[in-house]
Amino acid sequence: MTVADIYTQTTGRFSRQRLMTAAIPLGVLAYLAYIFVAFDIGGLMGRLRVDNVMTLLSDTYSYKTHVTRDTRTGDVTVAIEGERRGTYAPGTEPSWVSTLDGVTTVGLDADNIVTFDADTTSWDIPGYGLLTATRSGREITLNRNPDTLPDWISYSSARVDVKTSAGRLSVTRNRTEVFRYAFGWELFWFTLDSPYYGHSLFALLFGPQLDPAQSNLVGMWDGFWGNAMWHHGEVAWALGETILMAFLGTFGAAIIAFPLGFLAARNFTPLAALRFSVRRVFDFVRGVDGLIWTILLSRAFGPGPLTGTLAILLTDTGTFGKIFSEALENVDNRQIEGVQSTGANVVQRYCFGVIPQVVPVLLSQVLYLLESNTRSATIIGAITGGGIGLLLTQAIITHKDWEEVSYYIVLIILMVMAMDWLSGVLRRRVISGRAV
Amino acid sequence: MADAVFSGVPPIPAYDSYLSLIRRRRLYSGLLLILFVAVMSAGFWVADDRNAGGFINGFTSILNFPMDVVEEAWRKRALIPGLLVEYFPALVETLNIAAAGTIIGAVSGFVLSLLASSGLAPWPRMIGVFRRFMDILRAFPDIVIALVLIYLLGGGPVPALIAIALHTAGALGKLFSEVNENVDLKPVEGLASVGASWAQRMLFGVVPQVAPNYLSYALLRFEVNVRASAILGFVGAGGIGYELKNAITWGPGKFDAAAAIFLLLFLSIVFFDQISSYFRERLTHGGAAR
Repeated sequence: MTVADIYTQTTGRFSRQRLMTAAIPLGVLAYLAYIFVAFDIGGLMGRLRVDNVMTLLSDTYSYKTHVTRDTRTGDVTVAIEGERRGTYAPGTEPSWVSTLDGVTTVGLDADNIVTFDADTTSWDIPGYGLLTATRSGREITLNRNPDTLPDWISYSSARVDVKTSAGRLSVTRNRTEVFRYAFGWELFWFTLDSPYYGHSLFALLFGPQLDPAQSNLVGMWDGFWGNAMWHHGEVAWALGETILMAFLGTFGAAIIAFPLGFLAARNFTPLAALRFSVRRVFDFVRGVDGLIWTILLSRAFGPGPLTGTLAILLTDTGTFGKIFSEALENVDNRQIEGVQSTGANVVQRYCFGVIPQVVPVLLSQVLYLLESNTRSATIIGAITGGGIGLLLTQAIITHKDWEEVSYYIVLIILMVMAMDWLSGVLRRRVISGRAV
Repeated sequence: MADAVFSGVPPIPAYDSYLSLIRRRRLYSGLLLILFVAVMSAGFWVADDRNAGGFINGFTSILNFPMDVVEEAWRKRALIPGLLVEYFPALVETLNIAAAGTIIGAVSGFVLSLLASSGLAPWPRMIGVFRRFMDILRAFPDIVIALVLIYLLGGGPVPALIAIALHTAGALGKLFSEVNENVDLKPVEGLASVGASWAQRMLFGVVPQVAPNYLSYALLRFEVNVRASAILGFVGAGGIGYELKNAITWGPGKFDAAAAIFLLLFLSIVFFDQISSYFRERLTHGGAAR
């Protein structure tokens, strides 16, 4: 072979290599371009529902109070989020709303004051001027030319809707309604009907006893736990259910997979047919996947945490079986022989020769999956109807209380992070061999 | 027997303390075991109690639904090949979500991991920030992101794609940064000494060292993402999961379609499991990786 041959060979190999390194990124790019077209990502911005984005964002950090005048009865009610539990009792309304001689005045902020009586609603909007809507018979008329209205005022003879950054007004035949926005999550601690609402924490802890029947601390706990708008008690139960599903599923699977793992390990089961069939069982339950197991099991067991537990248990039995049998095949034989040389019988050989070798490895795998199963349990709960996953999907499907959705999301993140931390701490302890 | 051997010998202090240590350990392990059994059985009892149907009832009827499905599918077995073809595009959509999510997630995870590993990060002070960022990405279950995005964008594959890509970026970013910690820094320093930029140092100094490990993790993630993408379809993000939900909620009469979808899903999961474990084996145990 001449130098020239080697030279051409080498440069040839180089250029082929260079072609390969260029081809892989190009292939990936081509694939992504295909996805871009197939999923119509170009039209994504057109499909984005901007009003939904606004609802979600504003609900997440603020709440609204409805001031409503019913035309038929003439009653004015002030209610947080328009909910019955958030309705102020007559005489306890906040100071920014007042009714005098049939005229209601709502101060949205210092510059925006809306007044309304039975028929006339007026709002002096800074930078725009006075807007007056008058209800006469079955029609609503404005003091402005309906054709030159800005786009934040929508008008028809049946309905007027005004949206500004200060608040929102809606006038229909049946009611006049003003929405005032405020920062925060409303009534997070106590609902309005609780005697503890509106007191500072200091006053509650060190002040006089508000309810003669029970101490403030007990009453506060009851008021918070039974909060009818946020349902803290039920949410805590749901979180507990999700963690329970993950815990029972993971450890149940480990308990079932442990003996089966011996049957699938080459060095413990010389019978190839048995080993092979146990392994195929593992592959099957793993391959069927949590989704299908969840559907099948929820048909038999109905919605709830037990179904989620069993779905996790089945899928993970396959995963653990595979991991365990691999760990068992890597067991060091010298330790077993050492135990055998002292005259140990079969049970003792397993107890002192095999199990101490594999338990740290297995336990660390179990703990690792426990963390990821907390997330799976949230997802399975959303499908089968149990735990925090169910609450989350319900809150999202109703398209209403996005502050609750944010609350659940925060709780889920905290739960997953806590489990991650716990499993990390336990794994480090197991691996370093202390305790257990 | 041990006593017979040691009976003429004066007691050794270390031996006694060793025995008491063993005894205490056994006591603790026993207590831990009892506690564990108690928690497990109490947990099962609570789960059973809060479930709509009981365990015993459910256990006896566990085969009813699969039997119905199999029975109807068998009755209409002539239709199954046609149904498999009909639902194949939905399967392709699910696989596309998983594949594109894995690619986008892996690339973002790669960048994040470089920013978060000591020795490679261009801004070493920001390492902690990027690590926490990856933790948060990882902690979001993909279903949460998908459901919120479905509300904002409407149904379809894009919400699932974004959800999977975000979660993958966090999960792979963490694994990649663990790989990065073991990188030999000499090639990087060599490149730095000839004036290479940060991007060039990473591309020519780090990537060749870590590529096999990265690919292996990304393949494993792809397996996971195929399953996740099917589940997200079930909650409204399109693909085979969505078709499955429709077939199941329709009930009897469409069980042949359900059976066909089960079959497609099962076969594709097993297929990609096998492919990915074959390539991972080749990548980790050397052997003609290229």
